[in-house]
Amino acid sequence: MSLDYPKTDELVAPDRVATPMYEDPALFDLEMDKIFGKAWVWVGHVSEVPDKGSFKLSHVGTQPVIISRDRKNELHVLVNRCRHRAASVCEIQKGKTSSFQCPYHGWGYALNGELRGVPYTEGYNTDFDKKDYGLKKLKVETFEGMIFASFNMDVEPLEDFLGNAKPWIRLFMKQGGGFPIKTLGEHQFKVPMNWKIQLENTTDAYHFPVVHKSFMQSLDGEATEQFSFLDDDDGWVEDLGNGHSVMVMMPELNDLDENLDAPIPERFQDLAATLRKDYDEDQVKRIVRAVGGCGFNLNLFPNAGCSLSFFRILRPVAVNETEIRHIALGMEGGPQAANQMRMRLHEHFQGPMGFGSPDDAEVWERVQRGSAGGPDLPVMVNRGLGLETPSENGLPKGDVSAETGMRAAYAQWKKMMDAPEAVQ
Amino acid sequence: MKDFPVTDLAISLQEAVEFVWAEADMLDACDYDAWLALWGDGGHYVIPIEKTGDDFANMLNIAYDDAAMRKMRVERLQGGFSISAAPPAQTVRTLSRFVAEAVDDTTITLRCAEHVVEDKFGRQRIFAVNLTYTLVRSETGIAIRDKVARLLNSNGVLTSISYLF
Repeated sequence: MSLDYPKTDELVAPDRVATPMYEDPALFDLEMDKIFGKAWVWVGHVSEVPDKGSFKLSHVGTQPVIISRDRKNELHVLVNRCRHRAASVCEIQKGKTSSFQCPYHGWGYALNGELRGVPYTEGYNTDFDKKDYGLKKLKVETFEGMIFASFNMDVEPLEDFLGNAKPWIRLFMKQGGGFPIKTLGEHQFKVPMNWKIQLENTTDAYHFPVVHKSFMQSLDGEATEQFSFLDDDDGWVEDLGNGHSVMVMMPELNDLDENLDAPIPERFQDLAATLRKDYDEDQVKRIVRAVGGCGFNLNLFPNAGCSLSFFRILRPVAVNETEIRHIALGMEGGPQAANQMRMRLHEHFQGPMGFGSPDDAEVWERVQRGSAGGPDLPVMVNRGLGLETPSENGLPKGDVSAETGMRAAYAQWKKMMDAPEAVQ
Repeated sequence: MKDFPVTDLAISLQEAVEFVWAEADMLDACDYDAWLALWGDGGHYVIPIEKTGDDFANMLNIAYDDAAMRKMRVERLQGGFSISAAPPAQTVRTLSRFVAEAVDDTTITLRCAEHVVEDKFGRQRIFAVNLTYTLVRSETGIAIRDKVARLLNSNGVLTSISYLF
């Protein structure tokens, strides 16, 4: 690899990206270093590690990590690799523990990653200090219950990185309907595609009526109307800076605490009737409105989406392999009937056998298959260019079908790939 | 061997096995209208994510289909508007290792192993599944009341699936 690789000007232009963006394994390795090795990366939600001693496995880029909550209630994100001879110290997806013990030679680590126990220490010289061999730690911060980690100890504060996305995250979390948000389970599937094909998709409204026609056909009239946002003229996509973007499909559902006097849609009438047994009418309206989810998709560079009613998390595996998690969300301590309906709505669209995800997976794979041809041809992300107006943040804002979000993500991609290595 | 009650409506192991073999043939042939007709009105077609537990209504599943969802799922698979199902992956499946878990006058709970090989884009994938059926006989014949398909890797990273188990 030459020193001036990658020539990012040749890979990313304002209106297009080059085919090697999906195809070049060397570029993928650089991305793991310069993007997933540097940025704030979404790793989990606080409800996945609710108690002292809770842990959950996750990834930052291709690297396996453990999210743990120590006895002081502090969150840690630790590389899942023994500092002795590299074996993973935990292979249980989630649970509770007091420590992590390497299965190979028995090194034991505390929940905060510190090395506590080394069998037969007399075999090491006197200069061996356990303080030097804790699990590798990442920087950790949370925002509105979402846990982010970074390998870059000098990374900017999380809230600065999220920036204009913060108000949208706060709106997204209103779908607790007055209860805290908790994860209810997740669908996981992998697609033979580059990770950026998924990154592009979260704020791509243009594909919806084409790819998700069979999902639309399974909805009742009212819901079909709601999902026909490409035929309306009130939606939009805006660049939020730092690679983030939001696609507003149903503006009337942006703030779930508003419009509470709107009539309850037909498909939620049975739920409302059930809730009325335990809740007053104001609460019923708030919970029912929250059950339906938000009206927007928020894309957080580089790996997270707050998509209508769930978290969509991507994990790059290889240049042409990406794993996707669709994490269902519900109301902690909320009504069982409401959480059941949240799960049924999630199952309807999401997952390996949902009415939406398999069609997404098919077209994403088709992008990867198609990009094997015509290596000189660009991938166009120019829809809406020249038609955008400035948003309140002074950033580009296009109609709901504009490729504004993709351009935002690729601008951040280029910025991070061009960043000089910090002097060590 | 379990003792099978001898009544007019009891379902023998042999009948149950022949019934689910016929169902497997329908699914490999994508004959979903015939498949729907095998079902009673109630009950659920469930593909759980979690390896344990059966309180499926309070769990997130891969599929949790009542009669209405089964009908919509079949419409989606047959409608020609779903890119992942038009064309779908082709499948060949084998059912074996049958065990009658419970039998009464009209019902049998049958569990068995299912191996499915799918082919699409010149690539084959394999699924191993533990199936549990609750079959009921009425005057009109045998019908499926519940079917639970537990994929061996249900809580792992799966792939897009364009057919039924």
